[in-house]
Amino acid sequence: MNATIDSLTNAAADVAGTAEAMDGLKIRNFSGTVGEVTVANPRMRTRGVDVYYGDKHAIKNVSLDIGSNEVIAMIGPSGCGKSTFLRCLNRMNDTVEGCRVTGNITLDDKDIYAKTMDPVVLRAQVGMVFQKPNPFPKSIYDNIAYGPRIHGIAASRTELDEIVESSLRRAGLWDEVKDRLDQPGTGLSGGQQQRLCIARAIAVSPEVILMDEPCSALDPIATAKIEELIDELRQNYTICIVTHSMQQAARVSQRTAYFHLGDLIEVGETTQVFTNPRHKLTEDYITGRFG
Amino acid sequence: MSNGNPSSSGAPPVRRVLEAVTGSLERRYASERRFRLLGRIAVITGLVFVGSLFLSIILTGYTGFKQTYLKVPVTFDQELLDPEGKRDPAALAAADFGALVKRAMQAAFPEVSGRGELRELFGLVSSGAEYQLQDMVEADPSLLGTTRDVWLLASDDIDMVVKGHIDRSVPEAERRVNDRPLAWLDALEKRGAVETRFNWGFFTRGDSREPELAGIGGAVMGSFYTLLVCLVIAFPIGVAAAVYLEEFAPKNRLTDLIEVNINNLAAVPSIVFGLLGLAVLINFFGMPRSAPVVGGLVLALMVLPTIIIAGRASLKSVPPSIREAALGVGASKMQTVFHHVLPLAMPGMMTGMIIGMAHALGETAPLLMIGMVAFVVDVPKGFFDPSTLLPVQVYLWADSPERAFVEKTAAAIIVLLAFLIAMNALAVYLRKRFERRW
Repeated sequence: MNATIDSLTNAAADVAGTAEAMDGLKIRNFSGTVGEVTVANPRMRTRGVDVYYGDKHAIKNVSLDIGSNEVIAMIGPSGCGKSTFLRCLNRMNDTVEGCRVTGNITLDDKDIYAKTMDPVVLRAQVGMVFQKPNPFPKSIYDNIAYGPRIHGIAASRTELDEIVESSLRRAGLWDEVKDRLDQPGTGLSGGQQQRLCIARAIAVSPEVILMDEPCSALDPIATAKIEELIDELRQNYTICIVTHSMQQAARVSQRTAYFHLGDLIEVGETTQVFTNPRHKLTEDYITGRFG
Repeated sequence: MSNGNPSSSGAPPVRRVLEAVTGSLERRYASERRFRLLGRIAVITGLVFVGSLFLSIILTGYTGFKQTYLKVPVTFDQELLDPEGKRDPAALAAADFGALVKRAMQAAFPEVSGRGELRELFGLVSSGAEYQLQDMVEADPSLLGTTRDVWLLASDDIDMVVKGHIDRSVPEAERRVNDRPLAWLDALEKRGAVETRFNWGFFTRGDSREPELAGIGGAVMGSFYTLLVCLVIAFPIGVAAAVYLEEFAPKNRLTDLIEVNINNLAAVPSIVFGLLGLAVLINFFGMPRSAPVVGGLVLALMVLPTIIIAGRASLKSVPPSIREAALGVGASKMQTVFHHVLPLAMPGMMTGMIIGMAHALGETAPLLMIGMVAFVVDVPKGFFDPSTLLPVQVYLWADSPERAFVEKTAAAIIVLLAFLIAMNALAVYLRKRFERRW
């Protein structure tokens, strides 16, 4: 534990320069994240984010940029706060009793925790895919059409049909389900259900898709399909993925962020983080010394 | 970890552990067997109680669904019923059909004479027999002047004799029916003029002082109107309260207090709700006594806590992943609840509702307080008509001295139990039909 604190304080000196580079945004006693937290073309930015569950300090002063059209993987041992951080990005934590978020999170330079920001609007722009596939117990069609319907995106039935088809196509599910769109989404296999959930998320054309361990309930084949899909989706969307599988993080992401006990320890290019981690904790985690 | 040399690790040696396990095994299994045996005994005892309850009710009550009829030739005397021959309905309604019945009985037993004997003879048939004949004539005036064999409703005592509930071996002085009527009954039986038929009137008629004329029609309709009021009031309020408390209300001291008090309300004795209905609905708001609308309101108050508690439980059982999924695509709180959570919780709520209604259907105490214990002959036609309910009817009949009401009471209980079982079966069906596995 002492080693952790020591290495954190040492690292703080290294990133002082980075902190200065953060244009205009206020950063309070920026803790020691190793590596580049900023990117050239950020879609979302977080600055000095703290999250408390009641008295528990779950996220400690995290600052991180999420670039456009990149896949950023968040890794770390259980309970490190990576999921909590992810859920801050579309204010899903609002629904958790006793959860308090401070700091600054922006989407396209708009503060998402501002009074003027409606979480409904935010979540239409920042979609989410959950750990356990959670299709609505409705037909496949209705699963996809639900988002567009409540937002009034489709003007006509044909337009809605098009949205459903294109979403399913982009999720790589169309050929498997086109003949049974009226059957319940819960009747699909686990991997298909998860792709259905991804299709449901992209049906409202979000800018960012958050994925909270999307493959942890799936077999390797379904996992491979989802990973392939994530890679394709990168063309059009920004994707944040929380994963417990370091191989998966290495395969799908461009940048990787390593969380430890609520601290963001290290951020960097995925190849660099996995081949040449700069922080001792990152190295220990990646080499399997704990976690 | 330790390979036979545990002294260093402090764990007990493997062999001793094994011995301990096998040594205690027999004892563990024995205690399990004892527990299973106790459980079986408990279940069987319960079944025996329930079975004997049902058996005794059914054995007492099944004859209540039958009624004895006596075939008597009736001469529809033009002179007596319609002396002017105009076939005027008003005149027919006022005609003396009672005399017609008496003449018919006298004609069937011409040897009978003397006031006392005649009264006994007329007592063979029910006092409702004259209305039976009146209905016939009103339906078909061309009967006038003809003679027909008519199955007249027997009186309750004769009915009891035919069903074997009156013991003929008892000395006449202690017997409810004297020797003479028994002899006439035997004579009729020899002529093939005695029959027991299914008693449809039992389901259509209202209450009566005469057991052979009494029916549960009024009580069933009263129960129907009352439960309808109860359903219409309690279901929307219960569902709305459950949804608000479970999904929208902030969790603070006030909502905790409300929750505790809802649970307390569920445990309040039902007669207290009756007193409330008497004090508030009848005395303060001046609502009519004995009316289904008041009964329904009181029962609604009584079942509300049950519905709210069941509703909240079924809302809680909807997995949070569904809520997250809906919120995740940008549904508002309200849309999440009404598009996804509530439809999934509905079967559970319906089950709770039906159980609550079954509870209300069997409830008597609060109704006694609001005057629904009255003797109501007419079948109620609306929410404001005086009426009685099935369990109250059971209570009233159980109190009546006539022997024939014993089987009527049991028959009414059978009908009530049939309704309750049907409702509970519906609840079970709904639960099975819409049960979801996540």
